[in-house]
Parts: sequence; C-alpha cells; structure tokens
Amino acid sequence: MSTKSAQPHLLTCARFALAFAVLPLGKGSTLEPAGLAADRVATLFWVLTIGATVIWLVVVGLALYAVSASRRPQSPRGSSLLIVGGGVIFPTVVLAGLLVWSLSMLPGLLAPAPAGSLEVRVTGYQWWWRVEYLGAEGATIELANELHLPVGEPVELQLESHDVIHSFWVPALGGKMDMIPGRRTRLRLEPTQVGVYRGVCAEYCGTSHALMSLVVVVEERQAWERWLAAQAQPATSPGEALFLEQGCGACHTIRGTAADGALGPDLTHVGSRASVGAGVIEADVPGLEQWLAKTAHLKPGVLMPSFGMLPPPELTALAQYLAGLR
Amino acid sequence: MIDADPTPLAEAPPLELQRAQAERLRRVWAAPTGWRYWSAVNNTQVGLWYIAVAFIFFLFAGVLALLMRIQLARPGNDFLSAELYNQTFTVHGSVMMFLFAIPIFEAIAVTLMPQMLGARDLPFPRLAAFGFWCFLIGGLFLSGAIFFDAAPRGGWFMYPPLTSRYQPGIGADIWLLGFSFIEVAAIASAVELIVGALKCRPPGMRINLIPLYVWYTMVGAVMIVFAFPPLIAGSMLLEIERAFDWPFFDATRGGDPLLWQHLFWLFGHPEVYIIFLPSIALVAMIVPTFARVPLRGYTWVVLAAIGTGFLSFGLWVHHMYTTGLPGISLGLFSAASTAVAIPTGVQFFCFIATLWAGRVKRSVPMLWVIGGLAVFVLGGLTGVMVALAPFDFQAHDTHFVVGHFHFVLIGGAIFPIIAGLYYFYPLVAGKLLSQKLGTVAFWLVFVGFNITFMPMHLSGLRGMPRRVFTYPPESGLDALNLASTIGAFILAAGIAVVLWDVVRPKKAQRVAPRDPWGAGTLEWVQEMPGEDWGIRSIPEIDSRYPLWDQPHLLRDIDEGRFYLPDAQEGLRETLVTSVIDAKPLQCLRLPGPSYLPLAAALTLGGFFIFGTFHLWALATGSLVASTGVICVWLWTGTAAKPTQATKDVGLGVVLPIDAAGPASVGWWAVFVTMLADVTAFICLVFGYFFFWTVHDDFPPSSSPGPGVLWPTVAAALLSASWLLTLLARRWNGRDRAGAFYGALGVAVLFEVAGSAALLAGPWSSGLQPTTHVYPALVWLLVGWTVLHVAVGVVMQLYCLLRRARGVLTAGHDLDLHNVVLYWHFTFFTAATTTAVIAGFPLVAR
Repeated sequence: MSTKSAQPHLLTCARFALAFAVLPLGKGSTLEPAGLAADRVATLFWVLTIGATVIWLVVVGLALYAVSASRRPQSPRGSSLLIVGGGVIFPTVVLAGLLVWSLSMLPGLLAPAPAGSLEVRVTGYQWWWRVEYLGAEGATIELANELHLPVGEPVELQLESHDVIHSFWVPALGGKMDMIPGRRTRLRLEPTQVGVYRGVCAEYCGTSHALMSLVVVVEERQAWERWLAAQAQPATSPGEALFLEQGCGACHTIRGTAADGALGPDLTHVGSRASVGAGVIEADVPGLEQWLAKTAHLKPGVLMPSFGMLPPPELTALAQYLAGLR
Repeated sequence: MIDADPTPLAEAPPLELQRAQAERLRRVWAAPTGWRYWSAVNNTQVGLWYIAVAFIFFLFAGVLALLMRIQLARPGNDFLSAELYNQTFTVHGSVMMFLFAIPIFEAIAVTLMPQMLGARDLPFPRLAAFGFWCFLIGGLFLSGAIFFDAAPRGGWFMYPPLTSRYQPGIGADIWLLGFSFIEVAAIASAVELIVGALKCRPPGMRINLIPLYVWYTMVGAVMIVFAFPPLIAGSMLLEIERAFDWPFFDATRGGDPLLWQHLFWLFGHPEVYIIFLPSIALVAMIVPTFARVPLRGYTWVVLAAIGTGFLSFGLWVHHMYTTGLPGISLGLFSAASTAVAIPTGVQFFCFIATLWAGRVKRSVPMLWVIGGLAVFVLGGLTGVMVALAPFDFQAHDTHFVVGHFHFVLIGGAIFPIIAGLYYFYPLVAGKLLSQKLGTVAFWLVFVGFNITFMPMHLSGLRGMPRRVFTYPPESGLDALNLASTIGAFILAAGIAVVLWDVVRPKKAQRVAPRDPWGAGTLEWVQEMPGEDWGIRSIPEIDSRYPLWDQPHLLRDIDEGRFYLPDAQEGLRETLVTSVIDAKPLQCLRLPGPSYLPLAAALTLGGFFIFGTFHLWALATGSLVASTGVICVWLWTGTAAKPTQATKDVGLGVVLPIDAAGPASVGWWAVFVTMLADVTAFICLVFGYFFFWTVHDDFPPSSSPGPGVLWPTVAAALLSASWLLTLLARRWNGRDRAGAFYGALGVAVLFEVAGSAALLAGPWSSGLQPTTHVYPALVWLLVGWTVLHVAVGVVMQLYCLLRRARGVLTAGHDLDLHNVVLYWHFTFFTAATTTAVIAGFPLVAR
C-alpha cells in the first residue's frame, strides 16, 4: 500500500530532477537600479534610447519618403547636402557629444573605493562563488554564493578566478567585471537601497554557467554588522559526525569542526543562506535533501558527487544538520 | 591621346563566322558532363555549388537556433540538456560565421564578379574550386560532430582556459583544426577575388568605373587577408597548448588567457564588417537599378567602404571592456568604435539620396533592401550604445548584445542577401522568382525577426546573460523569452517560403527576359539562360552603367565585335589588364576541369581531420600526399610553356600570352598570400611582446634563452641564401645555367644549415616549451621560421627541376619570380625571428 502511494510522488520527483531549476533570488534588472553605478548607467540608457528612437524614425522616414512615388526627384546638389549633412556632420556632432558625456562618467565608475572601505574578495569557481570578507589584520570570514553589504557605503571587491574566466555581475547594483585566472580585477559597488539582489556569472564558463547565481543582501549597517558577527562564529549545530563520516570535510570547511576542505564552498553557516548550488535550490531541509541526493541532476557537470545512495533517514539527518548551520 | 580606346568593329563579322566562333567558345567553356561534372572549375558551376552549400549550412544553423529558442521558451525547460544546449549555441554561432556568412560572400563574389567584370572567369579557377572543396569537407566535419555529441562547446569565441584545460574530448580540437582548414580556404578564395578585381577587368574599366560591388568585394577580401591570420595564429597556439601542453594561455606557467582574446577579436571585429560590406555591396547594385539613376556619391561610398575596413581593425578592444583595462584604453576604443558609425552612415545616406534622385520602381528586391535598412539602422544605433564603455559594463554579454548583433547581421547581411537572391536569381537560373512568394516571405521574416530579437534587448537589461540554457521564473524574463521563441518560428516560416520559391519546379515558367530589371551594369548583358562562356566578347567600357550609357553594347558584344570573340586554339582565355587604367596587358590562358583541386582538398582535409583525432601517422601521410598533389597540380597546371608568344585578341590589339613578375597574376597571388602569412607571423611576434608588457620580468631573467651565437649564425646563412636566390633569378635571366644551378644549390645547402643553427639555439640551452610561456614562444617562432624555410627549399628544388626539364627558361621564368617573392617574405620572417629571440633579451635586460 505504501509503495503505491509513493509512486506519484516519485514521478514528480523524477520530473523535477530532470527540469532545470534556478531560484528567483532577488531583483536583477539594470532598469531598477539600487546602486550608484547602475543608477548612472540607467540614466545613460534612457537618454540613448530616446535619442536612438528619434534618429531611427527620421532615417527610416527619409528612406520611405525617398521610395514614395509622390515627390520630385532630388537635385545633385540636394543629394550632396543630404550625404554630407546626414552621413558626416550630424553623426559627428552627435557622437562627439555622446562620447564626452559618457566618457566623463568613466573616472567615477572606475575609481576604487576610498581607503578603509569594506573589502571583499570574490573568487569564481565552476560554478559557484567563494566570498571572503577581508578583515583589517588579515583575518577573513568566508562563505559562498552570498554577499551581504551595508547600504550607502562603497565596497571594494577583489575579483579572482580559480579555474576559467567568469564575470561578476549584479545588474541592479552596477556593471560587470571579468574574473580572469592569473589576474586580479576589481570592482566598486555602492548600494543605495536595502533589498535582495540577484547576481549572475556573465561570462560563459562551461556546462552549468546558467546555474551560477549569487545572492546580494543589502541591509542597514547594524543588521549587517550583526550578520557578519554571526558569520564569524564557528558552527554551533550538533550532528557533525555523519558529515565527517561521509567524507564531506575533504572538500568543505565548517569552522569549529574537523571539516577543513578548501575545494568546495565553506558551509559554516550554510543554513543562513538563501540557496545552495549557487541559486539552484533553497537551503532548507527539503532543498538540501534534494541537493544531496541529485546533485548532478540539479547542476550538470558539478564536481560534487551525488549522495543518493545514502539511506533516506541519513539523508534527512544530514540535511537537517546543514540547514541548522545558521 | 595616343592610345585612345578602340571602338568595336564597325561591321559585324559574317554570320557564318559568328556561329563558328560561338560554337568554339561553347565547346571550350562547356561544363564536363556525367560523373566528370564534379571536376568542373568554372565559376558558373563552382559558384553555384558554393552558394548552395553555404545556404544549406545557413538552414542547419537556423534549425539549431530554433532548438535553442524551444529550450528558452519557458524557465526551467528541459528540452535540451545543458551540455547539448552549450554545443548548440557554439555550433550555431560558429556555423553562421564560418560556414555561412564568409562563404556566402565569397560564393556570391565568385559567381557574379566575372560577369560584372566582363571576364570569362577569375584568374585562378582551380584555386576557387579548391577553396570550395575545402569548405565542403571542413564544414561537414564540423557540423557533423553535433550528431555524435562531440561538437565543440566552448562558444564561437572559444575562450581559454575553459577551452584549453577544462573541456576534454575532441570538440575544441574539431573547432580549432576544422576552422583553421576552412580559413585557409577562405584566404585562397580572397586571393582569387583580389587578383581578379585588380587584373581581370575589361579594357577601359578604369579604377573610377569599377562597379561598387567589386569595390566592396575587394575591401572585404583584403580584410580577410589581414583578419583571418590572427585567428589562425591564435588557433595554432591554442591547439598546441591542448595537444602538447605548451602554456600560452595557462596563467600558472606565465601564460595569459587575455592573449587569446586580443588575437580572437583582432579577427572577430573585422569579421563583422567582412560580412556586412559585401552584403551592402548587393544593395549598392540594386538601388540604382530600381531608382533608374546612377548611384549618388560613388566616390563617397568607395571611400566610406575603405574607411570602414580600416577602422574595423582598430575596434577589437570593445569586446573586452570588462576585462579590467585602464580607463584610457576604454576611452580610446569607445571613440574609435563610435567613429565607425560615420562611414556607415555615409553609405546609407548615399543610398537614400540615390532613391530620392530617381523614380523608384517597386519590386521584391527593393522591399528586402528597405526592410534591411530599417533593421540595420536600429542595430547600428544600439551598436553606438554598446560602443560607449559605461553602458557596455551593463549590456556586455547579455541578451541585449544578442539582440544588437542580430539586428546588425540580419539587417546588414541576411536581408540584403535575400534581396540579392531575388535580384540576381535570373542570372544564375534564367528564371525569375515569384513576386508573390517574395512579398509574403518578406513580411513573415520582417515581423518574425522583430518579435524574436526586439524583446532580447529588454531581457538582457533585465539581467539575462548570454549563453545560459535556462533562467529563473518570475524574474520578468518569461514573457519576453516566449515572445522571442514565437517570433523565431515566424521568421523560420518566412525563410521556408524563400526556400520553396528557390527550389519549386520552374519548368513551365518562361525564361526571364534579358536584363529583366533594366539594370545598367555589365553582368546583365548575360544571355537568358546564361552560357558558360561568361561573355560572348569582352567589351571596352567607358561608363559605370555601360548598358545605360554605351549605345549598341549588347549587339556589339553578341556579334563578337569586341575582344576575344573566338577560341581558335581551343583554350580557355581571358584578358589581363592594368591595375589602375585597365589597359590590356596579357591574354591569360585559364586551366580547365580537373580533379586535382578536389584531391588536394581531400588530402589536406585528411591532415586536419586525422590531426583532430591525434592519428599522427595518418595525418602526416595526408600532409605528404597533399604536398604531392599540389606539386603535381603546379607542375601540370601552371606556368606551362606557351605555344605562341603573342595573340591577336581582336580590334588590332596583340598581347603576350606569357607574363612574369608583377605583370603576371600569379605574382600578385603570391604577394597577397604572403601578406596573410606574414600577418600571422606578426601576430606571433605580438604575442612575444604582449608577455613583455604583462610580466615585469620578461624574458625571464632565470631563463638562459636561445643565446646569441646560434641565431646569429642562422641569420647569416639564411640571409646569404636569400641573396643567392636573387642572384639565381638574375643568372637564369641571362641564361647562365651553371651559375643558376650553383646559386640555388648552395642556397638550399645554406638553408638546411641555417635551419639547423636556428634549432640549435633553444636546443643547446635546454629550453623546455612546456615549462613556461617564454621557451614555448621561442620554440614557436623558431618552428614557424624553419617551416617556412623548408617550404622555400621545396620551391627552389622545384625550380631546379623545372629548368632541368626545360620548362623554366631564361624567357619563361614566372615560377622563379614567384619563388623569389616568397623568399623576400621568408627572409623578413627569419630576420625578425632572430632579432626577437636573440636580440630582444639583450635590450630588455
């Protein structure tokens, strides 16, 4: 009896496991800017769009007029005026103006955050983000796929890559910057509104490029400080024996336990994050259970092996342990 | 003027003679029949195959696009797996670029240019056939891989280290070797087009009378010669890294992934204009015809096309705005990128001015032209937006860019090409396409296109990156993507209508009238249906629109009152004229049907294909076989000793049959080819200096380098052999056989010794190419030079043998002239290599 009733459930599970899942994690549009850089570029976009629409209407209008039957043929002198005026003078003036205006934005967009600003190192991996808050005396607080920022303050990001080229992009906060192996690039963000924003990898980086999301939580300074202090603590959840027994610690670190692997994401406070798998599934007990059992289905090409062979009770216990790491 | 242009014969030749002439011409130019048909080399056959195959690849890549649109129709869709989706977008982009856009340009040009120039054929028909066969073999190999789940999946841009270290399997090798093979073929076709446009124009077609299509083709072909070598050089580096672990792009051993991006976009940006300019060239032919007036601003258009070509080589960094470059670079390249809008604008305003100057006759080609203009202008305007670095920080690598470049490429290439299809179809098939189907197809394509690509601008700005196989629900992307998918199928329906119009049976349809659109340019003198001879007699031209301006032109051509109205010797012939003034210089004998181009393509393809699978023995065997085939081809098919010194080509003009040096088309072909070759070499040298700018310590002070002694010895020996080759040509000219044999023989010995000395440099100091990028680069430059010297040795031995067999003589020495020209370039390569590897470390330290 019980097997029969379980069948539809299994079917849904199978279907779910085949479909690709990406969580809608926060706002991710450049047209609803919540950061200084994104705001400037959005203004630029609207001006350019309106200008381009007007120019397009005029040029296509001219072409349609030129092919219409009800008009007098233009004189050679008129042709020359049209070619020089429309093809040379007009674009030169407009483009020069646009260049001066848009390039004057560059210094502001490229300037590093002032000394003493918050510094975070983000390292791209296939297909997740290692996030390290750099303390004053070399101490770092590490997590993965999630970035918390205080509102209204500039932050300096140091961008690196562990393997292939990735590109760090939080559309609502500002432009993107590539993460290139062997180089360190940098990006300054300055969020202006509290909220949750979606970040993505913008450079094609292999099989699961589409499944490489980042959650950016922008909050008031006090809330952010509380969060950071909590993140700095070692893990407090019991039940780590199973985690270690399964060898998870070879790749993952949970500070305060014997797990100190560096290949995969730091899981010290994984239960406090919005998702696991860089935006693939919720970091709650059911989500973690799915992730552990069907890792390769949820994220094609992922390095982590699936743990679907574990008996269900153990899977649940492991998921409960991880979800409890808040 | 002493040499005033001759006028056509005042009297028509007797009818009897006209018929006999026509019969001889027809027999000489007839395509082979039966299974021998595939040995044809004439442009009327090869051009047609070329166009058909390119169009089939277009349909294939289009189907892949539909698969992608199905996958993206809704969030979380599982129609394609992530792996298959990644292969699909890689193959879609690569096939559209390398197997459709470039080949269709060369195919249309090979087909139409001889007609526009009133030439019987372009100067190297077998080279064009070789280019086609390489394209077909390489194309099948590349696109077939996706059916075995083995297709490349690194994107058409193939960025390392993803493609160098993180994608095992042969997908990336297929891409690198397959496309290098096809690019070599594309350069071969470009050489044919450039030399054809420069040297095979009809008498009197001075440089200011050249049809605009031919101008654009020349610009496009010259761009291929300079743009493809960076990609070939980059592909070589990447394939060597994949196959032999030389770390050009591996940051842990001094390499840098950004070198690939520079080389790739140094090709990739001009590529866009190589696609755009020859397509716009079709517009430049169509617009005057339907406006019924000559094009307004001819000189403006020519200068703008050349200017666009030049500028396009200075824009590549705008694909790299987000790689962390300094602000000054961003500013400079933003300025250059927006500047290219000016010559583009000039061209479009010339077309509008022309339409305005005339009375426009409505037609299907004009419909596609106007639609293309509306689409392209929008793509150009969004192009200005992404050219501005601050906006690009947001738009780069999103669907905004996908929308932008599809507006540019489909508006700037597909619409004009379909306009050209409806316009030129009668020239090829002798029948008109359907006005009704053409109009229906237009509206389907135009509406479907806008529904597909307009929403992509918005989905990109709403945070949808490129190359993602899925996207989150409820993020404002669902409806936009569904619209794009629906639009894509409407667009595909329109293309299907065009396809049906082309392939539908037309037996019952009557043959199109001659010059059905009332055009003024020379290609429309063609009979309906067309004859294989290209043109009945080669006219004297004194107008840009000879059919409008030169009275009785059709009659005079048809009655054989102009040049070469006959084929008395039973040989294929065409005229060679001077570059600027188009004065007749030579009566060029053209080769006929042959399987050699096909054999050469098969064996050379074998080298690349076996190489992909690391079957080195078979690959080497294929390379040896292809060298053999090419030698047979050269020996039997080129520089044959003429049976007569001169020929009366008609109108009292007597021309030499033979030519050597800059007067010959072969010399120009070698010159253009070597420009491409030396460009690839300069890209490798650029790589060397790129690392000097990237690293504080380069060449690394810890590395001994190749030393000074051996490279200096090599430079001395190779310089001496270059001088001896020059002397050999001089002594051959004076018919001093002994001195000729001696000089070339000693030169060969010096070259063997010089190559050994060059290799001895890095060998003796124990440079290991797998340890660091520096020794890898030294070995690469040395290897490149030795390879060129080896090819030069084969050429010299060939000349020695030709002279011994009496084919090469004091008076008939074009082979020797071409070999000397090759050696000028090889000397430059050897001198630069030694200066860089031995001299630069002394300066840098």
